[in-house]
Amino acid sequence: MVTGVLPVALEDATKAIQAFLFSGKEYVCLMQLHEDVDPERTKTILNEFTGEIYQRPPLRASVKREVRKRTIYKIDLLEVESRRVLFRVACQAGTYIRKLCSDIGEALGCGAHMRELRRTRAGPFTEDENHYTLQEVQEAKRLYDEEGREGNLREVIRPVEEAFKYIPKIYIRDSAVDAICHGAELAIPGIVKLETGIKPGGAVAIYTLKDEVVALAEAQLSTENVIDAERGIAAKTRRVVMKLGTYPREWGGRQR
Amino acid sequence: MKRELEILAQAETDKRYGTPPSERPISEHIRLGMINLNKPPNPSSNEVASWVRKVLGVKHAGHGGTLEAKRPGRSNGYRRTPRSA
Repeated sequence: MVTGVLPVALEDATKAIQAFLFSGKEYVCLMQLHEDVDPERTKTILNEFTGEIYQRPPLRASVKREVRKRTIYKIDLLEVESRRVLFRVACQAGTYIRKLCSDIGEALGCGAHMRELRRTRAGPFTEDENHYTLQEVQEAKRLYDEEGREGNLREVIRPVEEAFKYIPKIYIRDSAVDAICHGAELAIPGIVKLETGIKPGGAVAIYTLKDEVVALAEAQLSTENVIDAERGIAAKTRRVVMKLGTYPREWGGRQR
Repeated sequence: MKRELEILAQAETDKRYGTPPSERPISEHIRLGMINLNKPPNPSSNEVASWVRKVLGVKHAGHGGTLEAKRPGRSNGYRRTPRSA
């Protein structure tokens, strides 16, 4: 039984999935122990699973089955009721919680398996904000189709920009937008403002001055280097989200 | 992590092009939309995404981060019949 936060992207927003796919996740997990264990011991063993762990993906996995290193940022024991253990875990993307449970069971010496799992966060998306069920999505669509009311649909569906919450942003001139939509690299003269904390090789989001996302890119220079330099490539465009022709073409000589 | 904004140049944006995210017409809002879906227990992530696609009548819907995968490849109980020569 797995429930909780599942970000779903529509149409062109699917191009932005990479923005949060590799971001951290948080879960609440119900684990079943196969023998009685002193809760204090369970707590000690759980704590030992914080930090770097090694995991081999399960038999039924959609990735190559080789041992991978994953980071567990935090594990908190919430409740123990006989052989059932409820805990909260914050971890790196790609951590198998079902596997984590059986590894914890092995460390305890009694064996254990995952009974239920609820994801409470996937990158910028959490259970607490704008979280809707399939029924609520359906109802919002019905209100729009039958009564022409957009309000609910606008609440249920969020702008794709929300997926970029934790990615540093570079804001560019109108005249640079269409070139980026064509996949061009972002040169420093096209930049109007940028956020601190940009590192070469890291992900950046290219935005217009109207706060619309243009593309996801790979930074070539740090924030400081962009401020100091007058020319050069600040970022390489990796995934374009904005539709071509949204802004006028102002590059590459004469227009046809 | 708190990020600050560094201003490099002064520039205006032409209101004839583009639209701030909060002012998009509904069709654009859907085209560039994300749903923070509360996944129910049984269907797989893929099934949920395809359900959203049908309900909203959009061409594409993709989910980020699989919650409970169905067995990749064959479905349960499926046996491949031997290839005829």
